[in-house]
Amino acid sequence: MILCLVDGDPVSLEALTFARELGDVEALIFEETDVDGYTARARRVVHPRLGDYAPEAWAQAIVELEPEVVVAPGTDRGHEVLAHVAARLGVPLAANVVAAATDGDALQLTRQRWGGSLLEEARLTGTPKLLTVAAHAVVAQPAGVTTTTEEFTPSLADEHFVVRVSGREQPTAGTVRLDTARVVVGGGRGVGSKEGFELLEELANLLGGAVGGSRVVTNLGWRPHSDQVGQTGARIAPDLYIACGISGAIQHIVGCKAAKRILVINKDQSAPIVARADWAVIGDLHEIVPAIVAELRKNGV
Amino acid sequence: MCVKRVPETGARITLTGDAQAIDTSLLGFTISPHEECAVEEALRIVGKHGGSTTVLTLGPPDAAEQLQNAMAMGVDNAVLLETDGSDWNAEATAAALADAISAQPELFDVLLFGNEAADTGDYQVGVRVAHALGLPCVTGIKGIAIEDRKLTARREAGGGWEIFELPLPAVVTVKEGINLPRYASLPGRLRAKKTPIARIEPQPRASALETIRLVVPPEQETHAEILAGAAAAPRVVEVLRELGLVVTS
Repeated sequence: MILCLVDGDPVSLEALTFARELGDVEALIFEETDVDGYTARARRVVHPRLGDYAPEAWAQAIVELEPEVVVAPGTDRGHEVLAHVAARLGVPLAANVVAAATDGDALQLTRQRWGGSLLEEARLTGTPKLLTVAAHAVVAQPAGVTTTTEEFTPSLADEHFVVRVSGREQPTAGTVRLDTARVVVGGGRGVGSKEGFELLEELANLLGGAVGGSRVVTNLGWRPHSDQVGQTGARIAPDLYIACGISGAIQHIVGCKAAKRILVINKDQSAPIVARADWAVIGDLHEIVPAIVAELRKNGV
Repeated sequence: MCVKRVPETGARITLTGDAQAIDTSLLGFTISPHEECAVEEALRIVGKHGGSTTVLTLGPPDAAEQLQNAMAMGVDNAVLLETDGSDWNAEATAAALADAISAQPELFDVLLFGNEAADTGDYQVGVRVAHALGLPCVTGIKGIAIEDRKLTARREAGGGWEIFELPLPAVVTVKEGINLPRYASLPGRLRAKKTPIARIEPQPRASALETIRLVVPPEQETHAEILAGAAAAPRVVEVLRELGLVVTS
């Protein structure tokens, strides 16, 4: 059996799409996600003690089903739960896989290193085979099948609830999330100061988007770390990424390469990020961004 | 806390001739970013609650440099699990670290890791060590508070936060952003040079996940439409309109 963990994050649907290439997949739904059409069979995990996320309880549910292959989304939860399964069973975990092919009893894998700026080709043997799928490595696509869902109640004990979510803080109302925004306006060292980001905020607000920053910018304290786009921050996948004053170190590129289009505003045409761009406006962002804002306002935005 | 020595890569990664490793002949090395924050967090915890800190790393003899960097920041003790420099798999790394931690004479309350190493990105060594030592564990943490032998950890989730409470001793893997690591002071550097590093020679073990080769993804062709300065604003707005991103009121 190929089991695919569904953790509530939309990346789960990418993982399901990926897992289908390996054979018949059963979705194991821990947190409500509409998997209709993605897989013929699904199990919804139900247990009176499973109110909120508890990594070892989720791992126990997977172990109990004795799968041959487990695919999970490359999310915090996907990585954490499969690491628990791997540690309990003493088997490897291949994290952030971008391609997999069956080779007899083995799987030939390609996985990300360095956040995706380097790839590793590897061979995975043994049972069960555990892998997470890198976020945005595949496009989620339903298979046009009818999904039959049944309930599954794992055997859980106190030991599985030592670590669990005991409280939540909700996001501030009205904020646009970086990882789901349609437009992200990103700033780098070229923005020049904390105050310089007000220009980017204004543009992002007009477009209903979010503001992000490079690692330099979060390390300088110009933006909170939660705004960082890159290997040690958020992986974004907007329709448009507007990169202002960002040179494009590989650690930043891996965070924004899933953007459908990239518009660069930079004074240096030879900056590495220009090679990734669809459009590049060469010049001073402190003049260009206000000009774009003015043009948008002129157009009634 | 456990840290990893990783190369400081530039704009592009170059591989060795056999495609088994990164060509580091022209690169410097650093503590992997999440783990540098683990070092800082350990120092802050001890600064607040008292106690001492020990840093461990598994790596080549040169990884002593990263242990000294951590001691220069203020860490008290260092242990090097010395390898021949080859890449160790996550299972072998975790087993060696768990053995070394069990052998430490002092009891510990908190064991910190980075969420994932910058280079191999395996996302699992901390969890494996926690299982080997029979300790509770939580990953991807960007906030830690300790009170009454209880550790409260915060993780970003869906734009908000989820909160975990763990009894001590516990294993926590942290992410960059939990703090801003301090710079090493000059006295710290001098003291670090004088502090001896304990050395262990662990035994590697094979994994059922075997690396065949590394591949640098192909460079993309430049295809950008190049525009000039503020005068390009009307064209930019036209692009925004084509993408359906301009909503007029």
